[in-house]
Amino acid sequence: MPTIFGMPPQVLFGQLSLGLINGSFYALLSLGLAVIFGMLNIVNFAHGAVYMMGAFCAYFLLNGIDLPIPWWMAGHFSLMNIHFGSHLSFWWALLLAPIIVGAIGMFLQRVLIARIAGLDHIYGLLLTFGLAAILQGLFQNQFGSSGLPYEIPDGLSGGHNLGFMFLPNYRAFVVGASIVVCFATWFVIERTKLGSYLRAATENPSLVRAFGINVPLMITLTYGFGVALAAFAGVLAAPIYQVRPLMGADLIIVVFAVVVIGGMGSILGSIVTGFGLGIVEGLTKVYYPQASGIVVFVIMAIVLLIKPTGLFGRAA
Amino acid sequence: MVDAANEPLLNVVNLEAWYGESHILHGVNFNVGKGEVVTLLGRNGAGKTTTLKSIMGMVAKRRGSVHFEGKETIDQPSNNIARAGIALCPEERGIFASLDVRENLLLPPVVRPGGLGLEQIFELFPNLKERLTSQGTKLSGGEQQMLAIARILRTGAPFLMLDEPTEGLAPVIIDQIGVTIRRLKERGFTILLVEQNFRFAASVADRYYVMEDGRIIDAFSAQNLEANMDKLHTYLGV
Repeated sequence: MPTIFGMPPQVLFGQLSLGLINGSFYALLSLGLAVIFGMLNIVNFAHGAVYMMGAFCAYFLLNGIDLPIPWWMAGHFSLMNIHFGSHLSFWWALLLAPIIVGAIGMFLQRVLIARIAGLDHIYGLLLTFGLAAILQGLFQNQFGSSGLPYEIPDGLSGGHNLGFMFLPNYRAFVVGASIVVCFATWFVIERTKLGSYLRAATENPSLVRAFGINVPLMITLTYGFGVALAAFAGVLAAPIYQVRPLMGADLIIVVFAVVVIGGMGSILGSIVTGFGLGIVEGLTKVYYPQASGIVVFVIMAIVLLIKPTGLFGRAA
Repeated sequence: MVDAANEPLLNVVNLEAWYGESHILHGVNFNVGKGEVVTLLGRNGAGKTTTLKSIMGMVAKRRGSVHFEGKETIDQPSNNIARAGIALCPEERGIFASLDVRENLLLPPVVRPGGLGLEQIFELFPNLKERLTSQGTKLSGGEQQMLAIARILRTGAPFLMLDEPTEGLAPVIIDQIGVTIRRLKERGFTILLVEQNFRFAASVADRYYVMEDGRIIDAFSAQNLEANMDKLHTYLGV
């Protein structure tokens, strides 16, 4: 039986494709974090929670939602669960969940996060960490810790035998969708007029505002977009990882390591590092599985020692 | 004191400004007539840059009145003030490192018709045309200053505020900026200049205001400059 570096190709490519899948989520999430950090100077610890909300949003859009509505009855308030029905497919969720969760993000930014603008990083970290805890707590209280199933959408079930490995269609779709969205985001930020506003406002927001650009609105929209990217990742993740209140909390620590390795706020860095580290993690699972859980953090430590601003980061 | 000969384009009355707890401007009064070049003179820390930033709405707390084209702007955010037709070329030039020269040049949105086209800008600043794809901060100091002025000329804003445009530049570049300001005046732009380089200011200004401790303490026109030289030396400590 042929082997590649001592491994059967099925095992190697199987783990590589899993690595690419994980890398797709790392890239989408760290990209959102980079966009938010660049513009708002906030380390958004709520990112895992909004990723989870994206997945739940897809679940609600497909299955409907039970909402506790306050009800005035017999002289006092009580809560009544009312079912709001919905049967919107995965494809609708992929479009609507980022918009809905992004809108929630913009509301939170305007009401809470805007109040700590200009303060030390620790305030943003504590606020978003608290937000994440509240959001995850609310979902855990309502739905427990076990996962809710979400079917792979019609048309993407099954897979292809490539000869050297079996490639599930849905996973190939996730990698493709992630690459397209990451590239589109990079293109908008680095190659368009809107992107030049964003880059300039990252450097000197008060001057950009003094040129006539509504920077506070841009900040809100940027936060909404970063959150929408996480929600998009959440929808993509729903059929693979199930829909769980803590699905984001488990992932976000690795994503922060990815952001640190790529360089805080670097758009290209977060994309390349996201996919790259997913692949490295996959390869580690093949050759030295014991280290697969820590390889990202070991790389982070080495990068911090050699280049503290990250692989693609610029010194402040 | 002398006032604008014609109807003022900008009228500043009792302008006060704070940075945090520090009270910087203590009631600044002056005006700028349409088509004039007016210079704010004063020592370091007199409040000249803060005056420009306050007019532009870039300080956190300000009070008083700033009328531009007859409209009150003191309650407006800086993006609205820019849209009303006031443009600032800041002291540190404010060239963006993450943008190339073309992006820097095209960054400020056009706020009204009548701004200079790119060809007219390259006529004024030929160097910029050759450096369009360079990173903004890779330009020389003089080129960065030209870029900082050029980008606000595109916007169509009729009122330009230039904060120390000659700072740190070689004499030959300073002369070039002087020529540019006179040409802009000929084209009908109104300019409020903050300068420490008195010799440069004398070559372009119609009127002068002298600031000290966050107030205007004197004003005279270019015609009366000679008669006021001794006083001016005392004010500026030169």
